[in-house]
Amino acid sequence: MSGKNKDYRFTIANREALIGIALAVINFVWWYGFAYGLGSKSPENYHFVLGLPAWFFYSCVVGFILIVALVIVVVKFFFVDVPFEEEKDRGNES
Amino acid sequence: MNEAVIVPLIIFLILIFLVGFIASGSLRKSNHDFLEEYFLGGRELGGFILAMTMTATYGSASSFIGGPGVAYTEGLGWVLLAMSQVVTGYFVLMILGKKFAIMSRRYNAVTLTDYLKGRYQSKWVVLIAAVSIIIFLFSAMAAQWVGGARLIESLTGLPYHTALFIFALSVLVYVVIGGFRAVALTDAVQGVVMFGGTLILLVATIIAGGGIPDIIQGLAAENPNLITPFGAEGSLTPTYVSSFWILVGVAVVGLPQVTVRAMSYKSSKAMHRALIIGTIVVGFIMLNMHLIGVFARPILPGIEVGDKVMPLIALEVLPPWLAGVVLAAPMAAIMSTVDSLLLLVSSSVVKDVYVNYIKPDASPKRVKTLSLGVTSLLGVLVLLMALNPPDLLIWLNLFAFGGLEATFIWPVVMGLYWKKGNKYGALSSMAVGVISYIVIQQFFPTPFGMHSVVLPIALSFIAYVFVSLATKNMALEEYAAQQKIEKNL
Repeated sequence: MSGKNKDYRFTIANREALIGIALAVINFVWWYGFAYGLGSKSPENYHFVLGLPAWFFYSCVVGFILIVALVIVVVKFFFVDVPFEEEKDRGNES
Repeated sequence: MNEAVIVPLIIFLILIFLVGFIASGSLRKSNHDFLEEYFLGGRELGGFILAMTMTATYGSASSFIGGPGVAYTEGLGWVLLAMSQVVTGYFVLMILGKKFAIMSRRYNAVTLTDYLKGRYQSKWVVLIAAVSIIIFLFSAMAAQWVGGARLIESLTGLPYHTALFIFALSVLVYVVIGGFRAVALTDAVQGVVMFGGTLILLVATIIAGGGIPDIIQGLAAENPNLITPFGAEGSLTPTYVSSFWILVGVAVVGLPQVTVRAMSYKSSKAMHRALIIGTIVVGFIMLNMHLIGVFARPILPGIEVGDKVMPLIALEVLPPWLAGVVLAAPMAAIMSTVDSLLLLVSSSVVKDVYVNYIKPDASPKRVKTLSLGVTSLLGVLVLLMALNPPDLLIWLNLFAFGGLEATFIWPVVMGLYWKKGNKYGALSSMAVGVISYIVIQQFFPTPFGMHSVVLPIALSFIAYVFVSLATKNMALEEYAAQQKIEKNL
């Protein structure tokens, strides 16, 4: 126990919330960058990947796969298991 | 009437009923408190069920009927917009995550309002929360019922009112008897159906269109704008599309039907698994459902009512019996959204208003009868509202979304992560959020080119922080008192 009021589980929860925000930012930048970076030119000049316009392929299809991969990595390596119930001897400790 | 389509749909309905009945068995046997069991499934959801019930609740009529319809009209730009929803798959669970689960157990919270009550200790916060849940979710529900009835109508050729009645009856029966666990379990079945149905329909549509390159060329030949990110008329600006990240992406954290699921998981392991499964399933369904809407255009040109795109394309590209199976997917999406909303509104009436303020000493038996009664009554009320359906399904639904998000996002999120937040901050944030959203929605529909939900969310944040800081001393004493209460729990 790190302190009287400080529950160690909250430190973990705070860090995981920050990871969530970071992932959302990465997701947005990737999505926006490819969509409007490649998609803003005239449709005659589009490149196509697997039949889809390149902007769409990278932004929506690859972007989705990337995010799934990131979520898996983050959850497997950075998320920590904690109990949700209050510890039984908590009352005796404090 | 197309029997080959209807038989699989009926089988699907029967399957859903069976799951509901099995779940109602566990309701009778359970040792848990009735309220916790009926409205939260005894907090025992595992990862897979949790992920599926979040997806199914979230993937509503708008993502299966309205959304693909708009995608049909606007082209790939709308699919891009819809992909802003991928973020909900992980964001909600990561933000609310462990802290919300721990706190709601500590407060013994069964509803979002319970959590707010535990955190802010204020009667007014509770009442405003309960009232906005009842009003906004009620209108969201009505939109869903219209969607469900329309779907049955276009499949079977039955008159709208008959279709509505069939739909209402099937939802009501299993919600009323089974409670949250029945809803979560049927959601899981429905989530699987949604996932599979999407996949089958996408593949069949691509084959019917002669492959992706042909479909895209066909779209470009009709109107090059259909394959740009800017929509058919070039009206989807980057600012507008990006602002949907707020509406259907991150601010979903404030939606009561989503937060209540973050109270229901069994363990942090279940939550981790739900994170991964949820992200995959949400993204997969959103991407492919909307793509189907776009791809349907060269195959079936000239559909005027967007809501009919999905049923029509399924009937066009699939053999009838398979179309029936696949069309169970939007049906599943609608039912699973409606059932959760129904349960939530009724929990708000029973738990948040009745047990909190009208009769705190109500006997368990009375609470039980009342829960079942209120749930049924609400169902009937929505049914009556849906008899005269409004046209634009998706917008009615989004109106409710925005209102709830503007109301709840900061009291929930800041309540978790900012100690200085107090009830005055929460109250003003809720008031500013709701009022500014309604005003902006009515009079300035796209301020600075953004969706109308963005400004209210910013304003309610400012209100929360400023008022919390300004009333710091006033709240300090009460805060100390609350800490004492928490310690004693």
